[in-house]
Amino acid sequence: MSFERPDFRHPKLAKNSAGYSRKDYEGAISTLCAGCGHDSTTSALIQACFELSIEPHRVAKMSGIGCSSKTPAYFLSRSHGFNSVHGRMPSVATGANMANRDLLYIGISGDGDTASIGMGQFAHALRRNLNLNYICMNNGCYGLTKGQDSATADKGSAGKKGKPNPYTSIDLCELAIELGASYVARGFSGDKTQLVPLIKGAIAHNGLAFIDVISPCVTFNNTSTSTKSYEYVRDHIEATNTFDFVPLQQEILAHYPEGTSQEVVMHDGSIIHLHKADSSKDVTDRMKCVNNLELEKSKGRLLTGLLYVNPEIMETHDIINSTLRPLNSLTEADLCPGNNALQMINASLR
Amino acid sequence: MKPTNIKDPEYFHKVIDCQYACPSHTPVPEYIRLISQGKYDEAFKINWISNVFPGILGRICDRPCEPACRRTRVEETPVAICRLKRVAADFKSDSTDFMPEVPQEKNGRKIALIGGGPASLTVARDLLPLGYTIDLYDDQSKAGGFIRTQVPSFRLPEKVLNQEVDRILNMGVTTHFNHYIDNLQTIIDKGYDAIFVGTGAPRGRDLPNLPGRQEGDASIFIGIEWLASVLYRHVTSTPEKVLVLGGGNTAMDCCRTARRLGGEDVRVIVRSPRADMKASPWEIEDAEEEGIPIIDNHSPIDFVIEDGQLIGMHFQKMTADYDENGKRTLLPADEAPVFMACDQVILAVGQQNAFPFIKPESNIAINKYGLPELDETTYQSSVPNIFFGGDAAFGPKNVITAVAHGHQAAISIDLFCQGKDLHVRPAPWTNLVNQKMGIQDWMYDSQVSTDKRYAVPTVDRVKSLKNRLVEVELGFSKKTGHEEALRCLNCDVQTVFEHSTCIECDACVDICPEFCINFLENGDEEDLRTRLLAPADELSQSLYVSPPLPTGRVMVKDENVCLHCGLCAERCPTSSWEMMQFTYNSAVAGQK
Repeated sequence: MSFERPDFRHPKLAKNSAGYSRKDYEGAISTLCAGCGHDSTTSALIQACFELSIEPHRVAKMSGIGCSSKTPAYFLSRSHGFNSVHGRMPSVATGANMANRDLLYIGISGDGDTASIGMGQFAHALRRNLNLNYICMNNGCYGLTKGQDSATADKGSAGKKGKPNPYTSIDLCELAIELGASYVARGFSGDKTQLVPLIKGAIAHNGLAFIDVISPCVTFNNTSTSTKSYEYVRDHIEATNTFDFVPLQQEILAHYPEGTSQEVVMHDGSIIHLHKADSSKDVTDRMKCVNNLELEKSKGRLLTGLLYVNPEIMETHDIINSTLRPLNSLTEADLCPGNNALQMINASLR
Repeated sequence: MKPTNIKDPEYFHKVIDCQYACPSHTPVPEYIRLISQGKYDEAFKINWISNVFPGILGRICDRPCEPACRRTRVEETPVAICRLKRVAADFKSDSTDFMPEVPQEKNGRKIALIGGGPASLTVARDLLPLGYTIDLYDDQSKAGGFIRTQVPSFRLPEKVLNQEVDRILNMGVTTHFNHYIDNLQTIIDKGYDAIFVGTGAPRGRDLPNLPGRQEGDASIFIGIEWLASVLYRHVTSTPEKVLVLGGGNTAMDCCRTARRLGGEDVRVIVRSPRADMKASPWEIEDAEEEGIPIIDNHSPIDFVIEDGQLIGMHFQKMTADYDENGKRTLLPADEAPVFMACDQVILAVGQQNAFPFIKPESNIAINKYGLPELDETTYQSSVPNIFFGGDAAFGPKNVITAVAHGHQAAISIDLFCQGKDLHVRPAPWTNLVNQKMGIQDWMYDSQVSTDKRYAVPTVDRVKSLKNRLVEVELGFSKKTGHEEALRCLNCDVQTVFEHSTCIECDACVDICPEFCINFLENGDEEDLRTRLLAPADELSQSLYVSPPLPTGRVMVKDENVCLHCGLCAERCPTSSWEMMQFTYNSAVAGQK
């Protein structure tokens, strides 16, 4: 068994504009089961960060507990990270974000970590629209404890044990739209052509970007009776749209047929181009977005792609009007402005 | 693209770059793996079966395998394949278990071999175990041909040469040494069932029309003849200043020999640019390390004679001009001739074939290049029972090519003597064995070494320049040999893909360090090569394409820089990727 990847990489691979090769975004070799969807999601994350020329040392990876929460070890090994208590990733991410708003926060969680033990934390991070890329690797089961149904397992779906799940499932995307996330998407680990742009859009987005990645558990939940198996997802996948992510200051070269395209300008000036098969599926209207999800669900289809986006919603720092600088850059003079400042405050209250 | 037919033995053979490039198709990765395990006898045996002269070729082979080595595409330098061959020969035990049994009772067929070089000896080695009676004729007193007369002892000690040559002669060759055949008809008339001509390309080219050639004759030598004279001690010293003309390996041997016989100022003068020199890069390097300058782009004008004595040569500086097809023309530069003083000149400007012993009465057709008309597969001449091989067949090449010719000629002779069709050649013996030893565990060492190529230690230069019999290279120690062997990428352990069980989870795509593996819509080869994850512009390297998968896509693997690390197979949940060792043994005479 290999404990590390060979050092060599394809000699003709390009470097990105920050001067990094894709290898600089990799992590340790995965110890997850062979064929785990999480590894593909990890690979999509590496690809997205590489393509966006993100500097690895400007990233913080936050996670909780579970198979998914192990993955920060497998990407961006030169970045900061915090592996927190089960379900508590959003709190730790909030604290870190408050202390240093300049870093890029990637929160990794799973369906157990998010929809069961961490549900309360998840809900409040959404409400506050924390500037966090929240990626939920959703396989519908507790893979680390031998595959019990999780809260996102669809009603009637049966994993390796063969017993259909009797409970209603939680749709994390609907919940996220409901509770105030400003960028909500669903991807599939087996489709990187869709997942990589989704992650890139999330990184460019200012506010809470939630991506529910259907990421099959190859060991416990890849049966023909499961709705989160590779085969089932491929057969039932329905995309809201395909899209290009055009980063800031990059010329738009692609040509889009009229009437089927929608442009969303992100906070940093980059643009998301959506190509829609069905023009009624507006992704900026919250009510329509929830309707779309419910409609496809009633047809037995799984809606993926960018589901909802609103770049105008204020993120936590803007809401609480916190300092624009990371706390570690504040000097004594900033924090204790002196007697004059105090006198001015007092005067304003007289 | 159509799905790749991996049942075709040549598909996986081609993935083993070194073995594919070797004229004899020696199973290189297998013997290197055995060396890394300390199994020198087994490693030697594989070599001996395939290339007949492991000790010799481990020193002087032209190594077509090394430029082909996958490592040159992954990093800078190939595995030291040639020097590892020597490791097997150096450290093998005295056991002779690898020798085939030669039957006491002969099959009644008599074969004559003309010339005792590597091609003839290979024919003898292959045919003796089948019961043939072999007569070998050579004008020298010992067998070995040009390996003996042309390769200086500081590159190949006589002891090693004798050992490998005698091993074959002792299998029961009837030798007729010091026996020059002046007319092949005398052999034909003896009624041999077949005759094999392996007389090499024995004539060194001269520059007869260069002014001063006649007058300076006493100080002007033909390279290969001079080397033979050194071997037989007819020449024991050189004057101080020696010019060697020519850019091939013979020139390198001449200059280094001259350096050892008293030449203080030895220079090699080459007509063409250095990049076009025929000599192997490592031989040029070795010469330069002994303080011999290589002066390129100098074409000889004349020999300068004073008082009947050679005192130097004039050269015209040349410039190379390449047209758009890469064809070179050498043009004289607009400069005055250069004078170089010397006491002696050695001409190593090429070799030619010569068949003065083939007379018209034998009816052997000779083509316009002065070479015999041969069938390119069977090496059969216009006279059905006469075969050619080695340099005598298609002009001067190298030892390993001569060995490959010998194998093929032996097959032809064996088929001929049985009255069979010479074009129905025996197929190579192949095998594909799974390397799985448990979950994610392999029978081969899948870790990829990042070590740089190890240098071979050499003897002290002062000592080696004093005595031409002292071998310069000491060979790898067991330890260094082991480290160098681990640099091999195990290209014979193939990544075999089974499309019917693949669930398209992308695990192999994600783990592959070289981005070899892709799942995408099919297309023709040109189109596919533009759409793969990593540039696939090495057109000589195959694309491995699967039949369509459930999503309609196909798996496409670019074989180019695959490290054979086995990670795709380790990360595959359904064992759709398997690591399997592919063995390819070229056919030998007598194989069914």
